[in-house]
Amino acid sequence: MSALPLLSTLVFTPWLGALLLAALPRLGGPASRALALAFSLSTLALALLALRGFDPAATGYQFVERHDWIAALNVHYHLGLDGLSLLLVLLTALLAPVSLLASWRGVADPRLFGALFLLLQGAVLGVFLALDFFHWFAFWELSLIPAYFLIRLWGGPGAGPAAYQFVIYTIGGSAFLLLGFAAIFAATGTLDFVQLARLGADGTLAARLAALGGFWPKAVFLGIFLGFAVKVPLYPLHTWLPPAYAEAPTGVSMFLTGVLSKMGVYGFLRLLWPLFPGPLHAAAGPLLWLALGGVVLGAFAAMRQTDLKRMIAYSSVNHLSYCLLALFAIAAAGGRPGAGRGAVAAALSGTLLQIFNHGVSAAALFYCIGVLEARAGGRRGLDDFGGVRAAAPIFAGLCGIAMFASLGLPGLNGFVGEFLIFRGVWGLVPWAAAVACLGLFATAFFLLTFWQRVFHGPRAGAAAGAFADLSGLDFAVLGPLTALMFLLGVLPQLLTGLFNPLITSWAAHLPLP
Amino acid sequence: MSPDFAGLFGALRPEASLVLGALAVLGLDLSVFRRRAPEARLRLALGVGILAVLAAAAWAAAGARGPVFGGVLIFDPLAVAARLGVLGLTLLTLGVTRGAAAPRHPAEYVAIMLLAATGLLLMAAAQQLLLAFLALELASLSLYVLAGFDRDRPESAEAALKYFLFGGMAAAFLLFGFSLVYGATGSIDLPVIAGQMARQGDNPLLRVALVMILVGFGFKVAAAPFHLWAPDVYEGAPAPSAALIASASKLAGFTLFTRLLWPDLPGSAGSAAARSGEPGWFPAVALVAAASLLLGNLAALAQTSVRRLLAYSAIAHAGALLLAVMAAGRFGPGPLFYYASTYGLATVGAFGVIAVVARAGRCEAIADLAGLYRRSPLLAGCLTVYILSLAGIPPLAGFFGKFAVFAAALRLDGLAGPAGWLALLAIALSAVALYYYLIVLKQALVAPPAAEARSIPVPPLAALALLAAAGLILWFGLNPTALLGHF
Amino acid sequence: MSLLPWTITLTFAGALLALVVGRRSAAAARWVALLTAAGGWSLTLLAAARFVPGPGLQTLVDAAWIPGLGVRYHLAVDGISLTLLVLTGLVATAGVLFSWNIGERTGEFFAFFLTLVAGVYGVFLSADALVFFVFYEIAIVPKYFLIAIWGSTNREYGAMKLALYSFAGSALVLAGLLWTYAVGGAHGFGFGELAAAAATLSPHQQVVVFALVFFGFATLAGIFPLHTWAPTGHVAAPTAASMLLAGVVMKLGAYGCLRVALPLSPLGFAFWQTPIAWLAAIGIVYAGLVALVQQDLKFVIGYSSVSHMGFVLLGLAAANTRAASGAVLQMFSHGVIAGLLFAVVGRMIYDRTHTRMLAELRALPLRRLLPFAAVVFVIAGFASMGLPGFSGFPAELTILIGVWRTAPLWAAVAALGVLVAAAFTLRAIQLTFFATPERPSLPGGARPFEPVLHLAPITLAEKAGAVLLIGATVLVGLRPDLLLDWINPALQSPLFHAVLKGGAP
Repeated sequence: MSALPLLSTLVFTPWLGALLLAALPRLGGPASRALALAFSLSTLALALLALRGFDPAATGYQFVERHDWIAALNVHYHLGLDGLSLLLVLLTALLAPVSLLASWRGVADPRLFGALFLLLQGAVLGVFLALDFFHWFAFWELSLIPAYFLIRLWGGPGAGPAAYQFVIYTIGGSAFLLLGFAAIFAATGTLDFVQLARLGADGTLAARLAALGGFWPKAVFLGIFLGFAVKVPLYPLHTWLPPAYAEAPTGVSMFLTGVLSKMGVYGFLRLLWPLFPGPLHAAAGPLLWLALGGVVLGAFAAMRQTDLKRMIAYSSVNHLSYCLLALFAIAAAGGRPGAGRGAVAAALSGTLLQIFNHGVSAAALFYCIGVLEARAGGRRGLDDFGGVRAAAPIFAGLCGIAMFASLGLPGLNGFVGEFLIFRGVWGLVPWAAAVACLGLFATAFFLLTFWQRVFHGPRAGAAAGAFADLSGLDFAVLGPLTALMFLLGVLPQLLTGLFNPLITSWAAHLPLP
Repeated sequence: MSPDFAGLFGALRPEASLVLGALAVLGLDLSVFRRRAPEARLRLALGVGILAVLAAAAWAAAGARGPVFGGVLIFDPLAVAARLGVLGLTLLTLGVTRGAAAPRHPAEYVAIMLLAATGLLLMAAAQQLLLAFLALELASLSLYVLAGFDRDRPESAEAALKYFLFGGMAAAFLLFGFSLVYGATGSIDLPVIAGQMARQGDNPLLRVALVMILVGFGFKVAAAPFHLWAPDVYEGAPAPSAALIASASKLAGFTLFTRLLWPDLPGSAGSAAARSGEPGWFPAVALVAAASLLLGNLAALAQTSVRRLLAYSAIAHAGALLLAVMAAGRFGPGPLFYYASTYGLATVGAFGVIAVVARAGRCEAIADLAGLYRRSPLLAGCLTVYILSLAGIPPLAGFFGKFAVFAAALRLDGLAGPAGWLALLAIALSAVALYYYLIVLKQALVAPPAAEARSIPVPPLAALALLAAAGLILWFGLNPTALLGHF
Repeated sequence: MSLLPWTITLTFAGALLALVVGRRSAAAARWVALLTAAGGWSLTLLAAARFVPGPGLQTLVDAAWIPGLGVRYHLAVDGISLTLLVLTGLVATAGVLFSWNIGERTGEFFAFFLTLVAGVYGVFLSADALVFFVFYEIAIVPKYFLIAIWGSTNREYGAMKLALYSFAGSALVLAGLLWTYAVGGAHGFGFGELAAAAATLSPHQQVVVFALVFFGFATLAGIFPLHTWAPTGHVAAPTAASMLLAGVVMKLGAYGCLRVALPLSPLGFAFWQTPIAWLAAIGIVYAGLVALVQQDLKFVIGYSSVSHMGFVLLGLAAANTRAASGAVLQMFSHGVIAGLLFAVVGRMIYDRTHTRMLAELRALPLRRLLPFAAVVFVIAGFASMGLPGFSGFPAELTILIGVWRTAPLWAAVAALGVLVAAAFTLRAIQLTFFATPERPSLPGGARPFEPVLHLAPITLAEKAGAVLLIGATVLVGLRPDLLLDWINPALQSPLFHAVLKGGAP
């Protein structure tokens, strides 16, 4: 236990900001924005503090806070930080202020927007730091409310149905999550993630659940699986994503794709895998196909989009499915002689890198499209632009960098993650890697098409008239992101250093059935 | 052995008080009050009448106990309680009469009421067939006249005629039955008859006799299928008459009926006579009770006239009271008395309200009660108490009456005998009953008053009577032991 | 602890006083009602502060009442009843606050309201089955008049249906209790005595008796398919009555099931357990689906109440301590949340806009006109969905855990209900406050003249009531142990031993 409850402060400071914004109804626009940004940046400051005090070599949880809470349900207020959570906290710390900056202009009622956004930020941080189901689930569900309102109130014309579908899908998944964990509690008497991981590792959990008989042990796994699969999303539960991302305002889309989608992957890594190694291994075959579906079909669907935002949304499905592909490959191959620990480590490493890097590059891409949309008066079709490079060369440059990072060009941050994933999957389930390459090709195709159609050629569409280049605000958003894309492309060890020991310990200790 | 006339007269002081009171009313009216307005004459007559009843009650409470005059009369706890009950109900009826429109001959009205009460008092204490019949006839004849007292309405004459015809036929059945009993047992004293019946057992003559007695009393208490007179009489008779018919005569009637059916009735519930099996008349009475419950409740649903509704509800309550009679053999007459007396209180009150409302306008249909809460909050409040007691809503006495009766009925034989099933039927039908009772209350408390409706003045005496009735219902509900404890 | 019986007396006295002063001044009646309700609530809170949890009922009053029938005036309390007593006081106080604007026959309104509250206090304090029944029936009549006189849509039909269903349910209970008492040869009406008497009945009779008593109470709890009175009645009722009816009176039925029916005959319960669980589970999902297609906002809330009560009944049917404690927690939670929802719909919206039809509400810019109501409704809606942070979540989690241990399939159906609840609640929130009103366009692109709408501002009384209720649901959501620490020991009572097998793991 540390002297300053760093993690609690991390989680609740944005909420404090939200409360302040809500409680001061007469706060003006600029003051609201400034206040919101300040509280959002607090996370960055605190995360850097955590980074300073973090010891990567210690693979357990650090900065642990644990207090008694609800004795009747054996629930404790338990927060903790390990490499994975630190990575995600840093990602949130970075993307949140950037997303707020992206919403600096053109958002009516910035006070309410800021309050909701800070609420969302706090909830997301809580998900990444909580280690007991009760408040973890609270944060998980609480993130939905501000997200719903952010999409609904500031979104595009189709925001209503998109937001509704988003919430219903996620709550549907959560209902099964709830049931699954109720079953787990009934079987084991605890909701603490650390204890449950231990029970999952030594087979106790599986044995206790097996006592139910019949279909029910599998049902528990399926329920929890569904809860996370909807969130990532895993094909074919992804249909909520493109409308939600497309209708949301730019800043919100950035945060949704950058951080919220990672909640699902986090769930797989933190909960599903440690608790259910056996069922995961058993189901790995079909799951691999689903992940591949996401990879390939997501990319192909992106190809067919004319709405740029939808295109990037489908591309997110594709990129996130790589993470799941890696995980399912590990699950599928685990235990087979020759399944090198090296391949496993590579896959895991790639997944975590991809989590971070995709967040950065996808956010940047969404912002670029936001810029295009703003300049074009609300239009964002593929055919609405032409020759933007001539009109706004700096913008074209930065957008190009983001695009190539998303593509996976070596030298930029997107490459390392994808490379490691492919390397790992090839070592574990070669045919899957082969099929996934289709996704790579499709991604390249649509991104380059986007690049060519929008930025090259004669000036057309919105670019035909006045098309301002990047403003100071745009630089404030894209600058840090672009810098990171370069930095992490060249020096990925800045990130891997944080979690390599953890991954090694996972590869060594986590149950590979 | 010489007849104990002193004891007889001592025991009959309440009756004497009432008769003297009746004569005094008539005399004073004829001589002194003749020239006054009808309202004043009514008030004075009522004054005298109330004094007479109070005196009678004082004597009844302090009076004789045990058998009197060689067993012709018996003053056991049931008789004493029933007599006091009858007197109380008569008192309330007199009070309520003040609230009704003054009849054309107020003194005669009051006098006949007192005479009816006399007959009812005797019925409650009779332990001999002849006296029982005489008392019954005295009461009935008085009630027939009371029913037809309203010369301004043809319904009143029709009611009296119907009542008289049915009642006369009932009396004939009763007399025939009594004679058969005498023939079979050789005595007209109930205890001797009881002994004979125990010895004779399965005499077909006795069975016929009991059926005839049942028919006779069925008419008297308006049990189905002998109820045909009730709706018309309740509707046609002046409201105070209907009040007396519905309350005191029921109480006295059931008391007498119980004594006839259970000749060796135990005085208190504790000393239950050892009985093997159930008497032969059980199925017949059970059938009548079931018919009453069903017909009364179901027919009441369709009524639009408030008095006819009360009549059918009376039929239903008669069914429940018959159940109490069936249980009285083992558990004593406590539940029966409690139910009948509290039912009487509620009925007197309900008809009292109707009387006062009719005086201020009309009160035929249920809708005539509309807006009573605005026209007279006192009447509305009291009516609520009466109706809810009839419906059996705690903590009013009606609920505990029902509860005591049903509990006794179920304890008789569980569900092996008819009594248990009747109790369950009654409980089920009480839900049906709530509907029509709520309809009445809906008009009184929910519906807005009609456009031409005015507020209703309530004479103080009537108000006192109504409040007393409501108060007693509440008191006996919160404290049932006050009545049940006497048995 | 002997404070608690005063809640009954105080509230009856307050009812009478309100009736009397209401003749002179409506304002006086309001204040009398508020002081009475708040006073009663304070008594429950004071008692709660001093309460020492333990198994078994702690006697408060025990006097002979009708010795001839073995009835004693026996009042007692344990953790379960204490929870519900506190709930009653809270909802009653909030109800009075939300009825501040009643101008017609104000004194009578509060008289009926407080009589109902007093009856409810009496039920929760009863330790003798007949006393329980008496208070239960006392509560029926005020319900009728509250709805028939001050209600809205279809009020006379709704009031009669509600009253008759309640009474029919209680008639079933009376039949069952009398049967047990008379045939089983009980000496009195204490719960233990009745259970002993029931044990002497034949198994066949026990099954019937249990069915009579349980389903009689369950009717008032809104068990499918005997639930149709609830949406009709609650919609017809005025706001405070809806709050109390859906929030507290439905809990009377569930409490009766738990306190009277369950201990009465374990054999009967074992026979009926599966049908009851299925009816409850079906009720959860069915009522939710019906709520999803309602056009009247208040009907959505009415059906959502039936759905949530299904959770309570399912928890009771699961027959273990965990599920039962969840059921009691859900009783409290839903009481508060239903109160909040009806308050917003009835008082804040309907009293101002005079419509509850979603089609009409969506055309009004309510988010701008009633921002406070919007926030409260969103909070109440999410609480109703079982969102963590509010009291519904720990309740539903506990029920799911307990039900899972008995029969995972029932738990799965219940989880489905959670999803359906999210759907209809979100739909209601969306359509009421967040729908984009369609703007008709004139030729030439001109916008038609739109009159500026003004709705009366939210009063202090409404704000106070809302804050009370929201505070309660958040407090219990974050600290459910405050209530569970009372409830769990109470469930260890010997009366429940035979029925609630399987204690906490």
